[in-house]
Amino acid sequence: MIRLVGPVWLSPEDHAVVAAAGDRLVPGSAETGVADYVDTLLGAFEFDPPRIWAGGPFSGRHGGEAGFDSFLALGAVEELAWRTRIEGSRGLPEREFNGPVRGLQEEYRDGLASLGTDFATLSPEEQDARLGAVPEFKALLYRHACEGMYGDPVYGGNRGGAGWAAIGFAGDVQPRGWTAVEMRPPAASEDGRPPAASEDGHA
Amino acid sequence: MNDARAVIVGSGPGGATAADVLTAAGWDVVILEKGRNHLIDLEAPYEPKGEFSNDELKFGFRHFLGPDPLAEPRTFRRGEADGDRIHVGDVNNLPSTVGGGGPHADGKLPRFREDDFHVRSAFGPIEGAAVEDWPLTYDELEPYYAEVERLIGVAGAAEANPFAAWRSGPYPMPPGPDMYGATLTAPAAEKLGLHPYRAPTGANSEPYDGRPACNNCGFCGFYGCPIHAKGDPIASLRRALLTGRCEIRPEAYVTEVVLDGSGRRATGVRYLDAGRRVQEVRAEHVVLACGAFETPRLLLRNGLANSSGLVGRFLTVHFQTFVVGGFPFDLLGDRGRAVTHLHDDFIVPGPDDVAAAREAGLPWMKGGVVEHGSAAGPIQEAVEYPPGELHTAAMRESALRRKLWVFTMQGEDLPQATNRIDLDPAVVDAWGFPAGRLTYSPHRHELVASAHFAPKLEAVLREAGAEWTIATTSPPAPDAAFDTPLGVAPASRHIMGTCRMGADPATSVVDPEGRFWDVENMVCADSSVFVTAAGYNPTLTLTALAHRTASKLAGIGPPGG
Ligand SMILES: Cc1cc2nc3c(=O)[nH]c(=O)nc-3n(C[C@H](O)[C@H](O)[C@H](O)COP(=O)(O)OP(=O)(O)OC[C@H]3O[C@@H](n4cnc5c(N)ncnc54)[C@H](O)[C@@H]3O)c2cc1C
Ligand code: SF4
Repeated sequence: MIRLVGPVWLSPEDHAVVAAAGDRLVPGSAETGVADYVDTLLGAFEFDPPRIWAGGPFSGRHGGEAGFDSFLALGAVEELAWRTRIEGSRGLPEREFNGPVRGLQEEYRDGLASLGTDFATLSPEEQDARLGAVPEFKALLYRHACEGMYGDPVYGGNRGGAGWAAIGFAGDVQPRGWTAVEMRPPAASEDGRPPAASEDGHA
Repeated sequence: MNDARAVIVGSGPGGATAADVLTAAGWDVVILEKGRNHLIDLEAPYEPKGEFSNDELKFGFRHFLGPDPLAEPRTFRRGEADGDRIHVGDVNNLPSTVGGGGPHADGKLPRFREDDFHVRSAFGPIEGAAVEDWPLTYDELEPYYAEVERLIGVAGAAEANPFAAWRSGPYPMPPGPDMYGATLTAPAAEKLGLHPYRAPTGANSEPYDGRPACNNCGFCGFYGCPIHAKGDPIASLRRALLTGRCEIRPEAYVTEVVLDGSGRRATGVRYLDAGRRVQEVRAEHVVLACGAFETPRLLLRNGLANSSGLVGRFLTVHFQTFVVGGFPFDLLGDRGRAVTHLHDDFIVPGPDDVAAAREAGLPWMKGGVVEHGSAAGPIQEAVEYPPGELHTAAMRESALRRKLWVFTMQGEDLPQATNRIDLDPAVVDAWGFPAGRLTYSPHRHELVASAHFAPKLEAVLREAGAEWTIATTSPPAPDAAFDTPLGVAPASRHIMGTCRMGADPATSVVDPEGRFWDVENMVCADSSVFVTAAGYNPTLTLTALAHRTASKLAGIGPPGG
């Protein structure tokens, strides 16, 4: 995918804090780009079309033409919903039909301020304590770390499919798919059961 | 001057089928769809748009097929005692997009049984539930079942299920390949006296109708099929478009059915286009196919078709019992169509089930079809584990994805007048219209049936090799031991019964042909018309009914007749 140089919404300092905090919650996620994932989501509207929905039908990794890079345009109501979700309602009547909505950008601004700019330099115990002090932000970061680690690489995280590789997940498989033979474990014995699973969880 | 012979509101399986039938009969139709079009190019030759993909974020977390719960919230409460609502957001959301819930569904498409159309006569009443017979029989619907199986492309084996209703012919395709986990649970179920069979599925097992065979990609339920091997409504919509007599207008939010001076005839509908401008389509006939949640919402907002006072009432879902088993090895649950086997034993009560019902003070009980399946994406799995150092190890171990097998029982949910859709008194959608509100509590029947059948399913999983099993329900039983991640509202995507069909205008909303009693040129083509829920996935039945209603509207007899 095309990546601009440096973050689009997070400051470089905040980017480092997101990476460190994300890594504490989902180990390995910093290296696979969790901060880029969060940055791309918070800055989705810096792109045209916004980086909300990747294109289709294929990534090109398993045949077919690569289409995920061509993000899809949002309709009017969808843009309203996503801008509200990301930017907050900002007192705009068209976004406040059910009252004010706090946006993700604000959650991050406040949450990162609580974690502190020195977060990345702290010991794991100190990091855990700071995260524990902001349980709601921790939960948000955690969800985003999971999304960044195991979502499609086109959204900024899971660089090169590293998150998937670490757990033996093939990711998208179209248009190749799986054959009927591949739907069964190679080592299946007579009664259909594989021998006991090996250490890494693979039969 | 009319713009079309019929205007169809909603492009899901129901609306698409109506369009298919009416255009084939020579009618010109306009389909108005609230959601966007990601399905099919609206210019000839009407190719797929190529926007569906194996992308968990887009489909599972970012509301790609809509509705976005922020823009179109719904609300939920269990009953009046909860106050106005206890939840705002996603409530039974089916996609709002060209094709409706069709692209999302993984397409288990069983028929109902003969009994399901006259539960009241066959089993008798149950106190506190409005169990009634349908004003039509299975035999009457059978030709339509056969026809929609052909139109959608259902792969299945006619003789496989000993409990199945009679059929006039074979399925158009043989069943597709078995998921590995099901090759363990199906024999285990058989060993315990049950009768599993290969699920009739709207996914091509071989090239069919110009669409390829399913390649078992594993991103099936909740995803659009990137290769259109699914019998999503693309086939019906494309056929309708190819006649040159069908126009589809996406992002057209119908707000009003327009009546003539008599108040008993519709002259068409008004809608808001993408720019929120008011538009009108004038037509001889109106077909409502907004789904069983949105159809009553529209009618209630308009104060229409409700002389019985029953619009929105007798809503049923399926009371879902989830029984999961953890296995000591990888079940390859991410390969295949998410569910490949079913069994119907719990729909047809045996002596043991009748005895259990009596013991609980119920005259009878029925469970539902049991789906043998799996498949959660890794993000969905990841968020279930606690954060921290052990996270990656848990993901590699994958107790909750690769080693998990899931039985879902779609338990028959008895209709109750208090279970219903109405308009939330305060919450609105992005256009400013009142949100639909679901009020729902299960009848004791559902709770008793779930508690009775769940242990039988746990036994099957253990027989198949599971090391541990857990049973839970959606919505949660009042005495549930733990919170489910599915939340407090029913997670079922099967919604039925909010504009009940019947022979008496005092006790029903539509007549036996699907025509609204109060508006003589308006019919309903979605699962709102269901009288009872049966323990089966609803889409094939609602599609067969939509076919029948549209055929009768166009004055044509049953298929093959
Ligand atoms: C993940 C998933 C799996 C499923 N699996 C199965 C399965 O295996 N088997 C099965 O039988 N069923 C399954 N279902 C359920 C199935 O999708 C529904 O039963 C089916 O889509 C209902 O069809 P319908 O035409 O009645 O309504 P819908 O599909 O809900 O279509 C209604 C359409 O009307 C539009 N609409 C609503 N209001 C308006 C308005 N005011 N103006 C204009 N348009 C409007 C909506 O946007 C929507 O597109 C599944 C659903 C999901 C989400
Ligand atoms: S499993 Fe088959 S039908 Fe389902 S999305 Fe994949 S290819 Fe399509």
